[in-house]
Amino acid sequence: MKRTEGHESSTLATDGAGVDWRGSASSSVTVTREERLREFYEENVLKPMIVAWSDSRTRLGLLIIGFYLLLSLVAIFGLWREPSTSQAPRYLMLFENMKYPLGTTASGTDLAALIIHSTPDILLMVTSGGLWATGIAVLVGTVAGYKGGSVGRVLMSISDFVMAIPGLPLVMILAITFNPKNPILLGIIININYWAGLGRSIHSQVLTIRENNYVEASRTMGVSTPRIILKDVIPNIMPYVTVNFVFAARYVVFASIGLFFLGVLPYSDQNWGVTLNFAYSGGALFSWSAAHWLLVPMAAIIGLSIGLILLGQGMDRVFNPRVRTRLTGESESTASGDEKDTGMTEVL
Amino acid sequence: MSNYYVRRTGRVFATIFAVATLTFGLIRLLPGGPFTQLRAQLLRQGVPASEVDARIANLQNINPNEPLWQQYLDYMGSVAQGNFGESISLGEPVARVIAEAVPWTVFVVLVSTILMFAVGIFLGSLQAYWEGSRFDKAFSGLSIALMSVPFYVVAVISLYIFSYQWGWLPTAGTVGASVEKELSVPFLLSALEHSILPIFSYTLGGIGGQALAMRGNSIQVLGNDYVRVARLRGLADRRIATRYVARNAILPMYTGFLLLLGFRLSGTVILEQIFSYTGLGYYMFAALKANDYPLMMATFLVITVALIVGVYIADLTYSKIDPRISAGGSDEAY
Repeated sequence: MKRTEGHESSTLATDGAGVDWRGSASSSVTVTREERLREFYEENVLKPMIVAWSDSRTRLGLLIIGFYLLLSLVAIFGLWREPSTSQAPRYLMLFENMKYPLGTTASGTDLAALIIHSTPDILLMVTSGGLWATGIAVLVGTVAGYKGGSVGRVLMSISDFVMAIPGLPLVMILAITFNPKNPILLGIIININYWAGLGRSIHSQVLTIRENNYVEASRTMGVSTPRIILKDVIPNIMPYVTVNFVFAARYVVFASIGLFFLGVLPYSDQNWGVTLNFAYSGGALFSWSAAHWLLVPMAAIIGLSIGLILLGQGMDRVFNPRVRTRLTGESESTASGDEKDTGMTEVL
Repeated sequence: MSNYYVRRTGRVFATIFAVATLTFGLIRLLPGGPFTQLRAQLLRQGVPASEVDARIANLQNINPNEPLWQQYLDYMGSVAQGNFGESISLGEPVARVIAEAVPWTVFVVLVSTILMFAVGIFLGSLQAYWEGSRFDKAFSGLSIALMSVPFYVVAVISLYIFSYQWGWLPTAGTVGASVEKELSVPFLLSALEHSILPIFSYTLGGIGGQALAMRGNSIQVLGNDYVRVARLRGLADRRIATRYVARNAILPMYTGFLLLLGFRLSGTVILEQIFSYTGLGYYMFAALKANDYPLMMATFLVITVALIVGVYIADLTYSKIDPRISAGGSDEAY
């Protein structure tokens, strides 16, 4: 796997955004901090957003994620009733009673309420898991790649070791050991060793970035290592990191719901996986009148992961110069890099 | 170069050693400690108090009264010999349980991963060939949709439709209850019948990702100069498609294949539970629920070793298969 990384890195090395901005900023001596900030904003936030929005996939992805955010707002501000047993007639079908549009469970719980009130915790879990995985990966990958030497070797050996531990079984043991109930903690535990693979590929990208002229220049000027990593290295890997954040987040959705479904993860509240579990053990599989009980949480899971994947695909489009030029009609490829191998970390 | 292989092989053993140490640590980390819980459990089962310690020592190959370092050495020693103690919940040697479970899991994971790659590569290359066509757009959409469906959702739905509703396929187990466990035609047929749904649900979701990856690789290869040169030379289309495009597009996916194989082993914890398919993952989950520490740690260790070996083979063989890559792990030169 080590060797595919060589290809990935070349995609990034030619990535435009970061480098262009550096070039123009350092050429004029009198740029104020404010101008630099604005330029940074335009190059790294505004323009990508425009490109992103022009792509129908990203647009759809953003809309879907936005919808889930809206759901969690509804839950937080209490705009929809809380789920509780016997709050409605039992086994209402989809859209049978418009007061309970998604139907009800065997215990007469409003399914819509279950889904809506689970959303904030799940989004928290997904975000914390994604941040944890990408954060540690960036830290380990950049430090190991930039420092190199024995520091790099030790960090990479640790990554190799962590990568060798199978994710789900480890999470199951940890879940039983620590019994985490906090969604933020849960997200971190589920992605406890996700960072390793990502860290390794960031590492190999940083190895090429550190050979760049401007990094060399910073180094001879005596700029401190943390500052070089922060200012020169990280902007270059940011596109790759954002794309992988989305994939890490999707992994949290799949793994957590799966483990909740099995009943491994502890739960204090209802959530989609728990609903699935109850529906499954409650016999929704056997009777047509309860099928919606199973299908509604499934739809919620699939919807969220479609949103995340579309977003990831779109971001790839935004950040990958090769794909971008193809999109705009100049079909010649600008970089000779392979597609990143996201398959490596996609377990579920 | 041979130095690299030696180092790489050494790392495999170092990692296995470290993971075994980790499992030893985890046993001690578990709530209440396994010994207190085990002791209570054994006493509940009516084992006389005087025998409990001896039973524990027998079950885990560890004498709880010995100092920690001695326990550690005992544990590592017996693991090295393939002796994982006795399963508490099943009352059988763990090694035997695992030996019976491994073939089923390996079968399902191997077949589904191969299918996933084969179908994904086929679809992806067609998409790349007709890039931008309606077929390409439709399948890109379908791939994304497939990627978003967790395999356990496919598993539950297919179980519902094919087993409970239509009754075409069995709902649980690895072979029929009445079938003798021997190498015979009815046994193989029954095993095949029982594996269809697990394999199907474990394959379907993965196809999308592989198709998209193959599509990306192929499109990129198609844009390369050497493909154009091959066309200008007037080579046959089939030769270009297989020798030039497919070969170069599939190669980067090869490491992914071996890695996925290892990773997907851990996913069987969920898959085998749904189908009550008695493989490694099934026993791991059962052991977890029954506080069966010896069995739990052994399954964990076996899955981990499979993962390590998968990565190892991928690392070693990739340079042989892809001549562009030189062995020796170029990143280690820095």
